[in-house]
Amino acid sequence: MNFPHRHVLGIKQFNAEELSFILDTAESFKEINTRSIKKVPTLRGKTIINLFFEASTRTRTSFEIAGKRLSADTVNISGSSSSVVKGETLEDTARNIESMHPDIIVMRHSASGSCDYLAARLNCAVVNAGDGTHEHPSQALLDAFTIRQHKGSIAGLKVAIIGDITHSRVVRSNIDCLNKLGADVVISGPKTMLPPGLERLGCQVAANLTEALKDADVVMMLRIQLERQGKTLLPSLREYSRYFGLNETNLKLAKPDAIVMHPGPMNRGVEISTAVADGPQNVILDQVENGVAVRMALLYLAAGGEKITED
Amino acid sequence: MASEITEILDSSSVQRALTRIAHEILEHNKGTEDLVLIGIRTGGDYLAAQLHQKIAEIEGVKVPLGTIDITMYRDDLGTRNDLAMGQTDIRFPLGDRKVILVDDVLFTGRTIRAAMDALIDLGRPRNIQLAILIDRGHRELPIRPDYIGRNLPTARNEQIEVEFDPQHVPVSVSLIK
Repeated sequence: MNFPHRHVLGIKQFNAEELSFILDTAESFKEINTRSIKKVPTLRGKTIINLFFEASTRTRTSFEIAGKRLSADTVNISGSSSSVVKGETLEDTARNIESMHPDIIVMRHSASGSCDYLAARLNCAVVNAGDGTHEHPSQALLDAFTIRQHKGSIAGLKVAIIGDITHSRVVRSNIDCLNKLGADVVISGPKTMLPPGLERLGCQVAANLTEALKDADVVMMLRIQLERQGKTLLPSLREYSRYFGLNETNLKLAKPDAIVMHPGPMNRGVEISTAVADGPQNVILDQVENGVAVRMALLYLAAGGEKITED
Repeated sequence: MASEITEILDSSSVQRALTRIAHEILEHNKGTEDLVLIGIRTGGDYLAAQLHQKIAEIEGVKVPLGTIDITMYRDDLGTRNDLAMGQTDIRFPLGDRKVILVDDVLFTGRTIRAAMDALIDLGRPRNIQLAILIDRGHRELPIRPDYIGRNLPTARNEQIEVEFDPQHVPVSVSLIK
């Protein structure tokens, strides 16, 4: 199959067929991660720059390992150690990096739309590793991959997503991705963390946690950003945990074979209890494992084939 | 202008060729000890399954059967448009095994180069032998098959099509001009 996209900016640019194609490609790469020699020559001679202006352990490591297992040369630049702290603009930083002829820039930035902005100005491929509260396509794809792995297919499943919806790029990409793949997405969270117009994204908003969890096939808990909104939008963490935290009791509302997901990092005892986080229904580490295969697929597809120009 | 299709082998000729190859493999390797069959996706994997069955009929031994996808090892990433990728499925160690690599058509040899690189990343076989249904010439690399169903001199712009039925049994080989 042809993959005409030059960049991976968000789930919004892909249709259902392309999303399935990315997941199928990731399926092929998954096997490499269990070999004793975890390397294939697919991207030999390609240079990938991981440009991370926001803190990240999981995503950055995952992209770096993905690039290395495909034999690309990967270079990591983090915001705190870059010339951004000396006052250079994003565009100047990116243009300087591009002068060294990388093939792909993987970027995380706190500004929504920053990846689209760069993609319009650079010649190399741009892969979005999370931009502000906008999109986090690789996370949504690894979530879809994990759901498919455990449930066989995604169409017709009830997926409950609980937490801070307003500030979550993970949820925005996930709603779009899961909708396109045919799931029914139900959202729940404190009123202060639910943006208006959510229904327009094609999901239902549940009145409370009970309604959201009822007969769910997949329960996806989001992280409360303790360092940011957790402080101002919630009366207390204990109250949040009581009304929106997942524990062994309320998990029983979901289907008996429901899986529990979390994009990490978890706040144990806040949005998810330790018993559930370590319980038999959790697939949280599968998500991390699958992340490498999904990112290998994205890097391969961004680097391969002849591309059309996207606007 | 419509393309001209000539049937080169019918179903029973393909079967006879595969039966002969199965015997040759057994003769050359003096039985099935340490033998494994690995088919290249797509086409070679179906033929490997046929050889697997024939060897089982002749010797009463089911040798390990695997499938390899060489997409990750191709040398034309930037110029080809079909980026689809199949899965490699080899559930046995390759170390010190005699690997029979199976493909349907041998042409430039680039697929076989990629397949050998892929195999060696999975282990260190004692040797790799190549079984091919059709050798159509035009090699671009120093690669030669050990077992050949049929030598078929072709022009570069012609195509060879090996057709399979829904059960992946080969039904015909045709030359398309």
